[in-house]
Amino acid sequence: MTHPTITIALAGNPNSGKTTIFNAITGTRQKVGNWPGVTVEKKEGLVHRHGYDLKIVDLPGTYSLTPFSIEEIVARNFILDESPDVVIDIIDTSNLERSLYLATQLRELDCKVVFALNMMDMADARGLKIDAHKLSELLDLPVILTVGNRQKGIDDLLAAAVELALSGTPPQQKRKVRYNQEVEKAIDALQRYLTTHLGAALPYHPRWIAIKLIEDDAIIKERLAAIAGDGFAALLEAAEKQRAFLKDRFNDDPEIVTTDERYGFITGIIKEVLTTSPLERVDISRNIDLVLTNRFVGMPIFFFFIWAMFQLTFTVGAYPQDGIEQLFGLLASGVGYLLPPGWVEDLLLDGIISGVGTVGVFLPNILLLFFCIALFEDTGYMARAAFLMDKIMHLVGLHGKSFIPMLMGFGCNVPAIMAARTLESRTDRILTILITPFMSCSAKLPVYIVLAGGFFGARAGTVIFGIYLTGIVLSILTGRLFRTLFFRGADAPFVMELPPYRVPMLKSLLIHMWDRSKMFLKRMGGVILVGSIVIWVLANFPQAPELREGQVQETARLEAQFQSEWQAAEQSRRPQIQARHDQALNALSQRIKSEQAARSFLGRIGHALEPVFDPIGVDWRGGIALLSGFVAKEIVVSTLGVLYAVTDDPQANALESALRAAGMTPLTALSMMVFVLLYLPCLATVAAIRRETGSAGWMFFSIAYTTSVAWFMAFLVYQGGRLLGLG
Amino acid sequence: MQLNQLKEGSWAVIERVGGSGALRRRILEMGLLKGTRIYVEKYAPLKDPMELIVKGAHISLRVEEAAQISVLDV
Repeated sequence: MTHPTITIALAGNPNSGKTTIFNAITGTRQKVGNWPGVTVEKKEGLVHRHGYDLKIVDLPGTYSLTPFSIEEIVARNFILDESPDVVIDIIDTSNLERSLYLATQLRELDCKVVFALNMMDMADARGLKIDAHKLSELLDLPVILTVGNRQKGIDDLLAAAVELALSGTPPQQKRKVRYNQEVEKAIDALQRYLTTHLGAALPYHPRWIAIKLIEDDAIIKERLAAIAGDGFAALLEAAEKQRAFLKDRFNDDPEIVTTDERYGFITGIIKEVLTTSPLERVDISRNIDLVLTNRFVGMPIFFFFIWAMFQLTFTVGAYPQDGIEQLFGLLASGVGYLLPPGWVEDLLLDGIISGVGTVGVFLPNILLLFFCIALFEDTGYMARAAFLMDKIMHLVGLHGKSFIPMLMGFGCNVPAIMAARTLESRTDRILTILITPFMSCSAKLPVYIVLAGGFFGARAGTVIFGIYLTGIVLSILTGRLFRTLFFRGADAPFVMELPPYRVPMLKSLLIHMWDRSKMFLKRMGGVILVGSIVIWVLANFPQAPELREGQVQETARLEAQFQSEWQAAEQSRRPQIQARHDQALNALSQRIKSEQAARSFLGRIGHALEPVFDPIGVDWRGGIALLSGFVAKEIVVSTLGVLYAVTDDPQANALESALRAAGMTPLTALSMMVFVLLYLPCLATVAAIRRETGSAGWMFFSIAYTTSVAWFMAFLVYQGGRLLGLG
Repeated sequence: MQLNQLKEGSWAVIERVGGSGALRRRILEMGLLKGTRIYVEKYAPLKDPMELIVKGAHISLRVEEAAQISVLDV
């Protein structure tokens, strides 16, 4: 016998431990963060427990179901439209009063609710005692005690949820919030109006709709407009009449009155269930903040953390690189040994292995960067970063929370742009999305490392830091510019919780790090692999047979010359001759390759675009590499590798010396880095911009704007540098 | 007096939350209601935003937003 699947939604405040409980139930891997609102996307998990298939849906963490932010709208719509069998409301026990606000709204939604009193241990530590039994009685719903990060109570919680889902009783009707007489009268009147005029067509409980109309809820009004048709105007008028009455009676907006009353209801409950012990415990979080958000040392510590993050990423990350390079070298020689010479071998060696290899080398850097960001999130420091930075961000027309997406932009723009969802106002969100691409993502790093490392030697670190700084400054200027041009008016309120610091769990840190790095690896396997092949094809076709013939003839000539010299020479001089011969062959194959590249499709495109790239000091090969970077920024390096015909020689700095030989100077390298920093975002980012702004217009605007800024800045660097007599 | 005039380390009781629309309601929903006791934990290093302790939770608020909240010094 098969049972139907039971749908269980998890609701709760940000930082209530909701994600931890979700992980404990489903065992799936996903982000757990301390930053308020990190769980933006709907996450699901299917489990089989207590004899039933349970579909667990993790709703975004919200403080309320008033539809202000995307999270709240998502959460409310899910409950309204998908009608989960049970909603588990996860309550942060040490923040009982505020948690109950969401709970009362859930109860009003007319769904079956189970409470999980989570993090009881934290409440104990703060001297709070909660009578769970009484709470259950007062609200007429099951209450289960849990400690999410120690897997305590999870099984009981699911058992209670399943039991409630299967019980035939309709959602508990009593013990909901009762408003004061006047408000109740208004609700009654509207409720009657709704039932008589719309009756069965009403999508939700009429009392709830009446309350929402009194609160002037835009989304509900929209839905009613679709249902009521012609009758909507009259309905709206009836609602307005009640609102006007209440406004007059309370001398305040009705939605403020209802909020106040809900808290009044909660205060009543709190009085009965919560006892605060007089014992004042030491609050560790507060003590940490005495230092980390201190007036004098707070900012320096913040900048130190950011600096340390970059140092760790770039210096420690450099150690495993040699090993990875050797691994790819080994692979290349293995393939070269196994396969007969021909275009298949060429494709594998020059297209795929060297393309993916040049990028794979940067995996350690990326793992470390994501580890640091996960550490900031899981400890709760991210919220402090927003607290410290809000003043500055506000000056440029942004919200302190915008700092988080921007910081994540240093890792990868795609999750960063998705993180902009935590911003409540649409204009803040779009603005943040538009400037995030100037945050130099980790995929651009390989380009800087090659160019700065090759042309600035010991000062490479400083140059790269300068490049990052340029991106930050330009994003700030852009923010200011756009705020005054497109988005005048008030920005969103900065009401944000600073959650208690938590000791991060190593496992969760590693999961975060891995989840994000996986994205990078997947792109390496997919987009970058395809990109490398496409570039290789464009660079090798159409084939120029006369080049190959020339190569064959030249090789034969060198071979003959070598044979005769070898025969004639004394034993002791033979190794020298051998080395010279190898070198000559190598140089020949390099020359043929780059000549082939010049005559290829890619070469033709590059030459056609020369007038565009010339003023910024980038030659046609650099131009091609930059174009190929649209697929993914990492590809710029591998394309340079192919175009400058870097030999398969596993010797380090092969690309740098090839670039130098091709006439690149420190100035052109700098100009190219600036261009790479700023120009059009990669394919995946462009797709994310399209999705998150909900508009192709903003996407095209972003592409055009970033690319123009990039060209202009690179032009300034190159031409300015030449005027100063550099390069 | 207004909330933003309070010094670090002072207690107060909220008298009225002013302002309009979403901001006002958001502040109320975070538990900053009339009659609520609040403690000014600190101001950020750049003097804005400020950190309050409300019902055991730490909430940060911009100074200009705090200016909309009238309080009674206690």
